[in-house]
Amino acid sequence: MENPFGKMTSIETVLDLFYEGMSLMFGGFGGVGSPPTIIDGILEKEVGNITLIGNDTGFPEIGIGKLVSRGLVKKVIASHIGSNPFAGQFMHEGKLEVEFVPQGILAERIRAGGVGIPAILSDIGLDSEMVSKDKPVYILDGKKYLVETALTADVSIVYAKKADEYGNLIYDKSARNTNPLVAMAGKTTIAEVDEIVPIGSLAPDEIITPGVFVDYIILSKGVNWKWAWE
Amino acid sequence: MGLGVVTRNQMARRAAEEIQNGMVVNLGIGIPSLVPNYLQKNMRVMFHAENGITGMGPSPADGEEDENLCNAGGYPVTLMSGGSYCDSAISFGMIRRGRVDMTILGSLQVSENGDLANWIVPGKKVPGMGGAMELAQKAKKVIVVMNHCDKHGNSKIVSSCSLPLTTKACVDLIVTELAVFKVTEKGLLLTELFAPFEIKNVINKTGCQFLISETVREIPY
Repeated sequence: MENPFGKMTSIETVLDLFYEGMSLMFGGFGGVGSPPTIIDGILEKEVGNITLIGNDTGFPEIGIGKLVSRGLVKKVIASHIGSNPFAGQFMHEGKLEVEFVPQGILAERIRAGGVGIPAILSDIGLDSEMVSKDKPVYILDGKKYLVETALTADVSIVYAKKADEYGNLIYDKSARNTNPLVAMAGKTTIAEVDEIVPIGSLAPDEIITPGVFVDYIILSKGVNWKWAWE
Repeated sequence: MGLGVVTRNQMARRAAEEIQNGMVVNLGIGIPSLVPNYLQKNMRVMFHAENGITGMGPSPADGEEDENLCNAGGYPVTLMSGGSYCDSAISFGMIRRGRVDMTILGSLQVSENGDLANWIVPGKKVPGMGGAMELAQKAKKVIVVMNHCDKHGNSKIVSSCSLPLTTKACVDLIVTELAVFKVTEKGLLLTELFAPFEIKNVINKTGCQFLISETVREIPY
């Protein structure tokens, strides 16, 4: 296959983009839709002190959870850590800083980062001190809102079903979840995909993430973890 | 203190009575996930999962699981005819915009004015709120299905929540293994009992005052 945009590359090459202390945003929900090959690459390179942004901390051996379990993460911004006991343990031991964000507001903060909006106004979590603490409040038409700042990251990693050579992406069922949002919010975005097809072979109307947002494409080696339900 | 299978199913069946044709309904994990088993025949409901499924169907048969088609708890599901997938921002857009008619979820505590505390036990269990805040705050109707008491025997229905709140004054209906309460402007109203419990049992196990409906239904299952 041709590589007219130079985006198709190998896991070995993209690993140069990961470094100590970086911010890393990932797609996926409980491991579903997280890119296994990139995650294993980060593990092998032992990139540490990562600030992690994404829906949840997966399970100990599933999805992004592997990075958390190995102690490679110093801070996580997520809506849920309950399915990975290591996250709770490290948080209580003071080894992991956790910022909890209501799930839909997390998605919207990532989306805002991805579409160049600096912040959004939200009325979610006004009753919760943990959510509203230290956040500016804005009054609009007499109603109170929290100012929720946009999120971006040094690198975004996503999983998709198919990419063409330009990086146009289509996803697979509920593995879409946060991926289209995360794909837009990285300074650099890497898509791990099950299949790369020639340009022109994806139906333009069905493309979910335009390749504009995708810098690199690598082929997935597939999920190598056992799901909780298996 | 876990509830038996029969009791859990009775509670799910009672919650299912609230669902009406055409609704968009989000179900939490645990007992709420049993609710679809008790829908009336021919009823069309769109079950919403916050990870981006509208029109979620039942679990697949053994061997038919698709790792990329799971509910928000991470377990394989199917898609009903007319169902669709979307990203997390759109999924929560449906909730915040008021398009989700009902959420059925578990809780740690509910107060007499409908405050919900279901996401954190400080210093002990800090799983995170997930999508609970949006659902509790924005779903048109919030139904809590939970044990009446915690494992230490303390009532989970209280005058004021001691745990950090998820959302204030959001709960509409509480279903426990003993009884059903409506949250009204005057406080909780006991409307139904599960056999063999009597009103005095409920009074003994409930951590706040409540009103008693003129006619208390005995749930016939």
